[in-house]
Amino acid sequence: MKEEIIIAGFGGQGVLSMGKTLAYSGLMENKEVSWMPAYGPEQRGGTANVTVIVSDKRISSPILSQYDTAIILNQPSLEKFESKVKPGGVLMYDGYGITNPPTRTDIQIYRIDAMDAAAEMGNAKAFNMIVLGGLLKLHPIVSIESVVKALRKTLPERHHHLIPMNEEAIRKGMEIIREDK
Amino acid sequence: MATTEGEVVLMKGNEAIAHAAIRCGADGYFGYPITPQSEVLETLAEEKPWETTGMVVLQAESEVASINMVYGGAGTGKRVLTSSSSPGVSLMQEGISYIAGAELPCLIVNVMRGGPGLGTIQPSQADYFQSVKGGGHGDYRLIVLAPASVQEMADFVDLSFELAFKYRNPAMILSDGVIGQMMEKVVLPPYKPRRTEEQIKAECPWATTGRTKGRGPNIITSLELDPAEMERRNIKLQEKYRLIEENEVRYEEIDCEDAEYLIVAFGSCARIAQKAMEDARQQGIRVGLLRPITLWPFPYKAIAERAKQMKGILSVEINAGQMVEDIRLAVNGSVPVEHFGRLGGIVPDPDEVVVALKEKLMK
Repeated sequence: MKEEIIIAGFGGQGVLSMGKTLAYSGLMENKEVSWMPAYGPEQRGGTANVTVIVSDKRISSPILSQYDTAIILNQPSLEKFESKVKPGGVLMYDGYGITNPPTRTDIQIYRIDAMDAAAEMGNAKAFNMIVLGGLLKLHPIVSIESVVKALRKTLPERHHHLIPMNEEAIRKGMEIIREDK
Repeated sequence: MATTEGEVVLMKGNEAIAHAAIRCGADGYFGYPITPQSEVLETLAEEKPWETTGMVVLQAESEVASINMVYGGAGTGKRVLTSSSSPGVSLMQEGISYIAGAELPCLIVNVMRGGPGLGTIQPSQADYFQSVKGGGHGDYRLIVLAPASVQEMADFVDLSFELAFKYRNPAMILSDGVIGQMMEKVVLPPYKPRRTEEQIKAECPWATTGRTKGRGPNIITSLELDPAEMERRNIKLQEKYRLIEENEVRYEEIDCEDAEYLIVAFGSCARIAQKAMEDARQQGIRVGLLRPITLWPFPYKAIAERAKQMKGILSVEINAGQMVEDIRLAVNGSVPVEHFGRLGGIVPDPDEVVVALKEKLMK
């Protein structure tokens, strides 16, 4: 198993922390992982992306030319990364941020209305975990149990009461992701 | 961060440097923030080692101050380090030359970014020349280690100190924004206590540890106005450098046995080149990878030996062609040596390396 993922959107959407949670969940399952952010002067509102690799084998390059899966959370990221999904790969996008949907026909395209779902849940911060749930529905790279373990490990103890909310958000994402035809 | 001994954790290369410094019994860190290495100082400030091991952590007023604090600390036989990124390391060059001239052990970490000048905060390997050919003035050398993973960022801290003290010579970890910023699995080295004053006196009889009975004053200086004496000192330095060249060359070879082409790359670029090598092999191209781990001393002999079976060598660097000069010296015209690199903070991707391999060596 080897999954090469790009997660791209605006700064402040939780792109980097979603990637970190995914990488840490891989670690909980004794997998090889790497997390490579495109770091820059950007903060909230700027573009942010992170390459996450989860693999059974030792990872060579943390920097990739093409991806198995692209998680696209705004229009500029779609324009940048749609062409970099491997043929037969997966592109999932949040409907809220995208005005011109992807057009490729040689990849599988999924839509997740995570921004809307987060608003319904009354918790904008659940957004990235809803997206992660969508990914895990398509590709069970790691189990939900491992994600919960990872959150327990990475969140400071004073935030541990938020873990059930995160778990709920992941399940929500699994429920609402749908193929975009 | 609470971890148990030997636990596998996920962290950035910069964070690994900070944790490893505390764990290997460092006595002091002096630095000034600069992207992309600020997490070194941030992690140290968060870990508060002054409350546990007694290690000093100080944000100096500038890089010039930092390196001179390192100079002072090193003169007393302490394990001291600083870290910065390219423009900051340029500011330190005078101090580094003085430390090399005074033959003091210390560690300088450079998490390279693109230049010249203030340049960019994105990754680069364009400080190769500065690190291995001098940088500061005078005939001196740094022991330069190039980590290619977060694990090596952690492991090379203690190794650098060991080498620095063994040869009384400054050592450098030459990393870049990729390895500094990426998170990977790492097992932090076990805790080693800081040396006691008695241990320092015993291990570093040259150090300024205060007057003691039975010895004259220890004088730490790089100044010697008598040219005959200064030449003698230089000759002694050169003898030391020859010894380091003989003993301390480190490199890694991957899939070289049956290779017809060789990629040479260090640090983050070696990781990218390894993926390119795997992809090229799937296309039936027999290519191997040689990764210098010490950039000085450089693995000239290993490259010359490996070159015998090769049709060509490609040096892949995130710069305009620096290490390629040392590879050409190593093979002395026996095989074609080409360079591929991206500049100014752009990091090459594996596909570009495969294309360069075909275009430059297989045309």
